[in-house]
Order: sequence, then structure tokens, then C-alpha cells
Amino acid sequence: MTAKRRAEPSSGPTRDGTGVGRAEPSSGPTGGAIEVRRAGPRTTVQDLGRPGWAHLGVPRSGALDPAALALANRLVGNPADAAGLELTLGGCELRLTRAGTVAVTGADVDVRVDDRPGDVGRPLAVPAGAVLRIGSPRHGLRNWLAVDGGIAVAPVLGSRSTDTLSGLGPPPVRDGDRLPLGGATGPPAPVDFTVGRPVPEELWLILRPGPRADWFTAEARELLLGTAYTVSPVSDRVGARLVGAALSRAVAGELPSEGVVLGAVQVPADGQPLIFLADHPTTGGYPVIGVVDDVTGLAQARPGTTVRFHGPQR
Amino acid sequence: MGEYGGMRIRPVGRHALLLDCDDPGQVEQWRAELWRRRAAGELSAAEIVPAAGTVLLDGVPDPEATAARIAGWTPDPVTTTATAATVEVPTVYDGEDLPLVAAYWRLTVPQVVQRLRETEFRVAFCGFAPGFGYLTGLPPQYAVPRLPTPRPRVPAGSVALAGPYAGIYPTASPGGWLLVGRTTLTLFDVSADPPAILTPGTRVRLVTG
Repeated sequence: MTAKRRAEPSSGPTRDGTGVGRAEPSSGPTGGAIEVRRAGPRTTVQDLGRPGWAHLGVPRSGALDPAALALANRLVGNPADAAGLELTLGGCELRLTRAGTVAVTGADVDVRVDDRPGDVGRPLAVPAGAVLRIGSPRHGLRNWLAVDGGIAVAPVLGSRSTDTLSGLGPPPVRDGDRLPLGGATGPPAPVDFTVGRPVPEELWLILRPGPRADWFTAEARELLLGTAYTVSPVSDRVGARLVGAALSRAVAGELPSEGVVLGAVQVPADGQPLIFLADHPTTGGYPVIGVVDDVTGLAQARPGTTVRFHGPQR
Repeated sequence: MGEYGGMRIRPVGRHALLLDCDDPGQVEQWRAELWRRRAAGELSAAEIVPAAGTVLLDGVPDPEATAARIAGWTPDPVTTTATAATVEVPTVYDGEDLPLVAAYWRLTVPQVVQRLRETEFRVAFCGFAPGFGYLTGLPPQYAVPRLPTPRPRVPAGSVALAGPYAGIYPTASPGGWLLVGRTTLTLFDVSADPPAILTPGTRVRLVTG
């Protein structure tokens, strides 16, 4: 491959070539577009992320609940890795310039196509020019929206995901954006209904000790497994910050930066654990006391949700 | 999970392993060895991420079996140095913290610039931002502290020092590293392959530009 490099220093790759038309509206070659009438509080384009670049400092990113995005994609006939929208606290109003099939998965939320009510977890037919409205979830936080053909913004390093940490991928969706859609991909999955996962009042997470569990006191390791934590309001796509018993260190001093994984429970100087989510940095300078098996439940954990950890043997 | 020739393997959840090395030289040897083994189809890992004292393997199908196999490998120090590419970074040495660095190093500003120009750096690892390489090669006594208060905006292309490392900001960002110069070279470009110039293992010279 030819390595094209700009001669001039740029302000960064963030806003380059993302394909999101703000100044000049664009659409896919045959696919029409989504006109964003109301973006909602925090809506981003997400697919399954850009793994394989962590050694260059590029986070994985991608949907916080990949299975929920993949389900939405299957319901509209897309491959599982097509790009859709990830909504935090809903609040979206979208107009399709062409007829299409859409599906919303994730939290329990009101969905309307013009004035016609729709359901979460079902394919919905949207006529050309109709307006799709997604309300505010009754429980939980997030929804994933797939449209047949997928959102066709230009991929960056193989992914259309917005990485809120590094700024790679399209910028977060804003009012007035026009998101190009791809052409039809395949027939929608022959399902009428899927069963959503209820959002539990209390989230139990399986935690495996390591890689730096030995940097903490035995008391800290017991506190982590034996006491309740709550999700802090400053949680985001980078990490779920928890509030609870402070975890004290057995080893003082600074940990040289080391690679971290999705679900790593990092403990900064204040002793309050932080669980890394999709947009986590590739390396971190605080010790990781353990790693959570499955972080997807945290995608729906509102601030104040109780989180408890238990070992894998339970 | 075990100790092998000064390197310990630590568990990291269901799909990852951390190779905890004795020193940065061992990190580089293992990084090169694991990349080579993966390219040869002897190792399955989605990510191999070197850092200051460790190498992370993520996206590993069977961490326990992989750890057992790695325990039987010995990194080859010769291939590491022989295969490394060299990148020359044209640098204008006009950073506003040069006098501060000169004071820490007990040298004059021209002597600091000369040392930086003569040093053969190597990208030890990337982090902080896409394409940001941590460059080693300065002697340990030249380690410098960060600014007590980070600057709100360090321009893209700034060449800077912190701790034992040199680094170049690929994009504008807040930063507390000591600024010694700047380059117009684009360090990270998503349309290039690879997108970063300063990949782990690459040798780097900060030549006068």
C-alpha cells in the first residue's frame, strides 16, 4: 500500500474524512440518508470497533453492548458488524430520506414511526420521509438503532465507531447532521419479537483477580468482593466509575504504564475502582486489581446503580 | 501464572495475559519475539501491546495454554535489533523549556540540542494518544520531571521530554512534558499504512530540520 502522508501538520485525524456531512450534505450512492432532527443527549455512531491497533495507542471503541447492536442489525437484515447508532438516554428524532427497515434494541423505551407506536426488539417499516422518534428509556440508559444498509460514514482504521477518548471516527451525532445510509444488504431476519434483558436493580459482575491484585492489601481484595459499590454519575464510554469502600495498596509507588483490557478494574490513587469500557485507553498507569468477565450490563447501569463483584467459582 | 528467565506471566481475565519483564530491553525482545511468532502463525492474539515494563496479549483464545507455550520460548535478541527500521524526524530545536532541560542536565542549551541530535532513540511503546511513541535512549540521569501544571494546549508536532522518555505529540492536546522542539512530520494518519510512523521497535533520530 502507498503511505500517503500529509506534508503539513494537521490538527489531528479527528475530523478528517469521517464522511459525516455537516457543511456539505452527502448520502450513500444508493442508500439515502438519516436526517437528524434531534440528536438526543449523547448519540454516537458505533459498530464493533477497531481492534488490532492497541500497540499504536488506538482504543478498540465500538458498541458498549455488541450483542445488542448485532441483534438490531440482524433484525433489519444487516451483517452483525454494520454501523448503527448508540443512544444514551434516547431523545432522538430522525427522518429517513428513503423507505427502510429499522430496529431498536437495548433499554425499554418508546419508539414511534410518525404517530404509530413501535416496539423495542422488532423490525419496523419506516416509509420514506417518515419520522422515527425514540423517547427516554424507562429503565436503563442505552439503545442501539440499526437501519437496513447500515450507516455509511467513511470507516477509520476499519471501523465507523466514534471513539470518545481519542476522537477517531465520526464526531458525536448533532442536531442537523445527515448520516449517509448504505444500500440494502439482505432480507430482515424472520422474527416478530425478541425478548429484551431486564435491567437489574443490582448488577452482579464476575471478577477474576489479577494482573496486579498483589499490589493491594488482603483487606482491599475482600472489600472489593464483599461490599456494594454504586455507579458514579461521571461514568461514560471510557469507564464506569464506582463509589464505595476505598481499596488500599500493599505496594506503594507508581506503576509504570502497562496495557489494559476491556473490563479491567483499575484503582487510581483515591482507591475508588473504575471499570474500563469500550473507549478505554490502551495503557494505564494505575494497578488493575482484577478483570470483569462481561461488562455489557454496565451499558444500562444508571448512576446510583448498585454493583457487586463475585469470583468466577460462584 | 509462572516465572520464566526473569519474566513473569500474570493473568488478565478470560482472554488476556501480561508478560511482566525485568527491564525495557526484555520488553523489546519479547515484543519482537511475539510479533514474529504471531506472523508465523505460532501465536493467536488480537493485540500485542508493549509498555514500560510489560507486554500485554489480548484476544487470546486460551490464555493458560498460551502461557504454557510462551514459557517454552526464548526471545532472540539478535533479530530484534537487526530488523528495526530507522525514522529521521526533522526537528526545529526551539522549545520553550530548553533552558529548564539545560538546568536539569547541567549543560548549556546548545549542548542539550547536540545530545538530543546525537541520541539514537527507539520507540519503546505507544500510548496516551494514537501514534504517540515513548522514545527511550537517553541516559537515566537525564530523566526530567513533568511540569507541575500541564499546559492546556501543546501544539501537534511538539517534541518533548518527561521522565526517561522523549515523545512527539501527534495531535494538539493538553500536556505536561517539557518542550524542546517541533517537527512538521505527520506522525499519525488514518489513511496511511501503518497509520503511525513511530511503531514499537522503530529507531528514531531527531535530526536538525
